[in-house]
Amino acid sequence: MSDALDIVVRLLAVFVAFLVLPLVVGQTEHKVMAHMQGRLGPMYAGGFHGWAQLVADGVKFAQKEDIVPAGADRRVFQLAPAVGLLPYLLVLAAIPIGPRNAVGQSLDAGLFFVLAVMGVGVLGSIMAGWASANKFSLLGGLRTAAQLLAYELPMLLAAASVAMAAGTLSLPGILDSFHWWWVPWQLIGAVVFFVAGLAELQRPPFDMPVADSEIIFGAYTEYTGLRFALFLLAEYAGIVVLCALTSVLFLGGWHGPFGADGLGWLWTLLKTAVLAFVIIWLRVTYPRLREDQLQKLAWTVLIPLALVQIALTGVVKVVTS
Amino acid sequence: MATDKKSKPSGFPGSGLAKGLAVTLRTMTKRSTTAQYPDVQPDLAPRTRGVIGLFEENCTVCMLCARECPDWCIYIDSHKETVPPAAPGGRERSRNVLDRFAIDFSLCMYCGICIEVCPFDALFWSPEFEYAETDIRELTHERDKLREWMWTVPEPPALDPAAEEPKEIAAARRTADKLAAQQAAADAENSGEDA
Repeated sequence: MSDALDIVVRLLAVFVAFLVLPLVVGQTEHKVMAHMQGRLGPMYAGGFHGWAQLVADGVKFAQKEDIVPAGADRRVFQLAPAVGLLPYLLVLAAIPIGPRNAVGQSLDAGLFFVLAVMGVGVLGSIMAGWASANKFSLLGGLRTAAQLLAYELPMLLAAASVAMAAGTLSLPGILDSFHWWWVPWQLIGAVVFFVAGLAELQRPPFDMPVADSEIIFGAYTEYTGLRFALFLLAEYAGIVVLCALTSVLFLGGWHGPFGADGLGWLWTLLKTAVLAFVIIWLRVTYPRLREDQLQKLAWTVLIPLALVQIALTGVVKVVTS
Repeated sequence: MATDKKSKPSGFPGSGLAKGLAVTLRTMTKRSTTAQYPDVQPDLAPRTRGVIGLFEENCTVCMLCARECPDWCIYIDSHKETVPPAAPGGRERSRNVLDRFAIDFSLCMYCGICIEVCPFDALFWSPEFEYAETDIRELTHERDKLREWMWTVPEPPALDPAAEEPKEIAAARRTADKLAAQQAAADAENSGEDA
């Protein structure tokens, strides 16, 4: 296979995954959340148990008028959804799904790239909040900024622990040196990483920046139509990316009890799906954290835990080497 | 995690969080309680107060229902007709004829007083409830519609096994017994004369 064709196929695969997986997660959220609340969820769209609900939603969003508020900073306002969404596409391209180079683009400093670009995604919300010329949006944007500041640190520290354990920043490299006992070893880091990622995606119970009962919809208040849909898509793409990343870093990605060679990508997908279910489950179960509780959790719980994890990783590393 | 004061103090930190997760997971495994109404008809309780049906053959235009209605939502028009004497030489009788009987269901508060008060059993509860309209004026239903709803009125629930007979059946039986006794007495007298 020629190089150009190879690249095209890889990018196409990543793009299709980027378009399909968030919708699958969104539909799962519709149904799982409904059943956890004793409801049925969408039942009509598409005929069979409302499987096409999100397609119908997309058609609806596409038909709506695209409004830019008169006082808004036009260019920034219009650019924000793209800034919010595209980083997740880039991150998805760097996440290995199976052994033997089954990755959109293998990077030497993959972990570094992935975490840096994921942080950019949150910038979209801040831009939207600032450019909307709306107090609710501004509040939402500022809360987003505060949350990014608070939770990026524990996330990075937890990821650094894995990099220390593996001795490499490359994601396939980390997976190559993975052993099953890494799961208990890095357990604290996994929890910290997952929770911090959840907060960075502004998912309930960390959805203070979009708390609809007090600031309408935070930074997205003024958005309509497709741009609003892109923000929603970014949230679900973020779930996919976070779950895939957590399973790659902490749960061993394509490694499984059996079939690691041929069916490795299935293991990755399965772990990602289970983590996505956990995210939905948490959303249904827990009420929203207050802004001060949010900050307190990050600075007094997650960061110390992440530091403990790093110390533990260091000690084990020194003892075993 | 705030400790639940009512539960035992043995809860380790985070047990409340785990309990919450367990509740949602358990709910997910149970059947949902959603009623899929347009697809599946609801299972209505007996004596459901859906709509009021008029059995107009029983109506004597006594106007009690219209007068007792707290909302004044019953409209009745009638006129009198004279009926020729049943037997020659008798007196002419006058009779009320119903011209209009309408209930405005935009005013009705479904109290059922009209049904309770009707002395001739002309009004009944029907479980029929699908009569929404897009215009409030179309909620005033006339006698033909009210008569149609009579077909949807369910049978009255059966009496308890040990209950006493309904009054009208008891009265009818007493009359029938009396008649039978008279008949028997007359027969006996006749046969006595013959002998």
